[in-house]
Amino acid sequence: MSTTKEYLQTEREKEWRTELRKKMPNKDRTARIRTRMPELDPFVRIRYQDREVNTGLTADQAQSEASRCLDCPSPTCIDGCPVSINIPKFVKYIELGSFLEAAKTLKETSALPAVCGRVCPQEKQCEATCFYTQKMKKDPVAIGHLERFAADYERESGFMSVPEVAPANGIKVAAIGSGPASLSFAGDMVKLGYDVTVFEALHEIGGVLKYGIPEFRLPNKIVDVELDSLQKMGVKFVRNFIVGKTASFDDLKEEGFEAFFVASGAGLPRFMNIPGENYNGILSSNEYLTRVNLMNAANDLFDTPIIKGKNVAVIGGGNTAMDSVRTAKRLGAERAMIIYRRSREEMPARIEEVHHAEEEGIEFMNLCNPIEYYANEKGMVNGMRIQRMTLGEPDASGRRRPIVLEGSEYDIPVDLVVVAVGVSPNPLIPSEVKELKVSKWGTIEVNEENMQSSIPEIFAGGDIVRGGATVILAMGDGRKAAAGMDQYIQEKR
Amino acid sequence: MNQIVEKVLFSEKVAKFVVDAPRIAKSRKPGHFVILRVDEKGERIPLTIAGADPVKGTIDLVVQKMGVSSSKLFDLTVGDSILDMVGPLGKATHIHNPGTILACGGGVGVAPMLPIVEAFKKAGNRVISILAARNKDLIILEDEIRKWSDEVIIMTDDGSYGTKGLVTTGAEMVIQRETVNECIAIGPAVMMKFTSLLTKKYEIPTQASLNAIMVDGTGMCGACRVSVGGRTLFTCIDGPEFDAHQIDFDELIVRLGGYATEEKLANERYQ
Repeated sequence: MSTTKEYLQTEREKEWRTELRKKMPNKDRTARIRTRMPELDPFVRIRYQDREVNTGLTADQAQSEASRCLDCPSPTCIDGCPVSINIPKFVKYIELGSFLEAAKTLKETSALPAVCGRVCPQEKQCEATCFYTQKMKKDPVAIGHLERFAADYERESGFMSVPEVAPANGIKVAAIGSGPASLSFAGDMVKLGYDVTVFEALHEIGGVLKYGIPEFRLPNKIVDVELDSLQKMGVKFVRNFIVGKTASFDDLKEEGFEAFFVASGAGLPRFMNIPGENYNGILSSNEYLTRVNLMNAANDLFDTPIIKGKNVAVIGGGNTAMDSVRTAKRLGAERAMIIYRRSREEMPARIEEVHHAEEEGIEFMNLCNPIEYYANEKGMVNGMRIQRMTLGEPDASGRRRPIVLEGSEYDIPVDLVVVAVGVSPNPLIPSEVKELKVSKWGTIEVNEENMQSSIPEIFAGGDIVRGGATVILAMGDGRKAAAGMDQYIQEKR
Repeated sequence: MNQIVEKVLFSEKVAKFVVDAPRIAKSRKPGHFVILRVDEKGERIPLTIAGADPVKGTIDLVVQKMGVSSSKLFDLTVGDSILDMVGPLGKATHIHNPGTILACGGGVGVAPMLPIVEAFKKAGNRVISILAARNKDLIILEDEIRKWSDEVIIMTDDGSYGTKGLVTTGAEMVIQRETVNECIAIGPAVMMKFTSLLTKKYEIPTQASLNAIMVDGTGMCGACRVSVGGRTLFTCIDGPEFDAHQIDFDELIVRLGGYATEEKLANERYQ
């Protein structure tokens, strides 16, 4: 489903939309205040790993918020959406009270609306390009909250719509990895009539949505419903299968697969290479979160062990760091600390996550950098040395560069350290397919227009191309790759 | 999927499972491992593949009953299925022909050593294998190893079978007797450490196959990191075999005990 100007125009001129616009003068719409997302009390929520922090808008709240949207003639919000959701259309359906239609609109272009409504950084995307933000200097329409509302309403209503699918064309294509890029790709390809198989290395489908993002931010059952929807559309899922290892690309080509979309993720955690970093009790955020989220390690009925620290230091300032530190708090940490070498302003984490973390009693040790770890006689970490930093001139990323404050070192006791300083691309596929062109960082090089790699039948997207980005950017790649692959296959025939 | 078609008890605590896994049986090479999860509540554990029959579509796994996860696996019987299994993982052994290979296997480490010994023999090397264990009961796969070895030396700690002594005693005897071009060591970390120290003294290139703690086995978690030549590497994707003389075995031994407290508690609950 394309979102061309003409299409948007036609949709906007439909009678129901015109009528709805007339129902309320714009000055009344703009006078309304943005609806706040209701949240679970911080003192309650830190006791549960799996209770969602944001509890979702009520129907009244959603309709009221939707009425703030001016249904602009040229909606700039859509420009900010990597998967080009027809935002005014779905928002207006909410205002109208046609919540199921709103959900259907989301699914025209997004394979995972309930997920995006929760984890997308809307403040940097659609809401940043909203008319309110850009022209009126007011709080934008809460597009993210509304997206979540529509998707949740549909799921809870029991009337889940399954998007229309073109007649099967019998052409087999494969998606490698089952995270957001792949799911988005699979959704678009199956709609076009392709026979899509998604191969996942782990024992569960969902990639980072399952192993990475904690349940208090994205419940697993939400992901499962979206997966179920894709399955109903005809997408096949194969677990415990590593393309390039379990079977080679050539094996799969022999089995009839004509093209591949590689979205194997940024699955290689970075460490800082400082003394003592290999002591026990120091682990990557990937490991920590996977143990808790995928393996249920915090539940005694499950076999996977987890160290429940009392003094937990999480190194880094991104969303993964926030997820880790808030998980530690929920697992009983007395001190759950963020140690980040720049100041609050430079933190890459979403403002909402930082805010939630603060409410939950997370300590922020900004302008601090670990330089060494200490351990007890059993090799278990029991302390760390921290060095203070100050900010200098902006660096290549535009953020002010952290500079060491000499002589500022001090030690703190810790019994668990989670390193969340970023990830590198997973090297499995590039190392199995030697002809595949990769950058010096190990990311797969693609034509940005259609996500095609140096091997014509291999497309790629998500973190294996970007090196570490967001769910929604990965989904945007998936859509682009689907369009690109479709064109490639059609031209080849 | 992953159905157990045969179970052979080697001892009270060691068993070989022949598991239906046609894809893995076809694509695996010596040195590769799998990650498996026995049931819904199980953890993901790595196990090196001890052999495969690509025609029948089966792989062999040898399990020693230790903690909760290995006990759960050990307790499975013919007809049962392993819930999840993925592989083959890791880098395959570099099989070449340097001349004489000394293969040192300790305990259940002999199982992953078997396909490596077979491959080196087939590549035209003279292969001398040393099988070491605490006692006679724990010596496994002797006949199979013999099939692909020019000589087999058995060492037991208590002298109940073969020669009394450690693997290093047998290894040093061979090294002093004839030229050994390359050594491989697979077994408990302590055993590999001392084998490595010995071969370092004689400047014999040595590969050790590590069995680290892992979660995903694909490079994602970093639980299996190991210091090799001063660099931190991941056992799952950079290994499992490394230049033994470069491995920091003391760190490895400490890291293997990373969840000792939690494992002990879990084991008590399981019993």
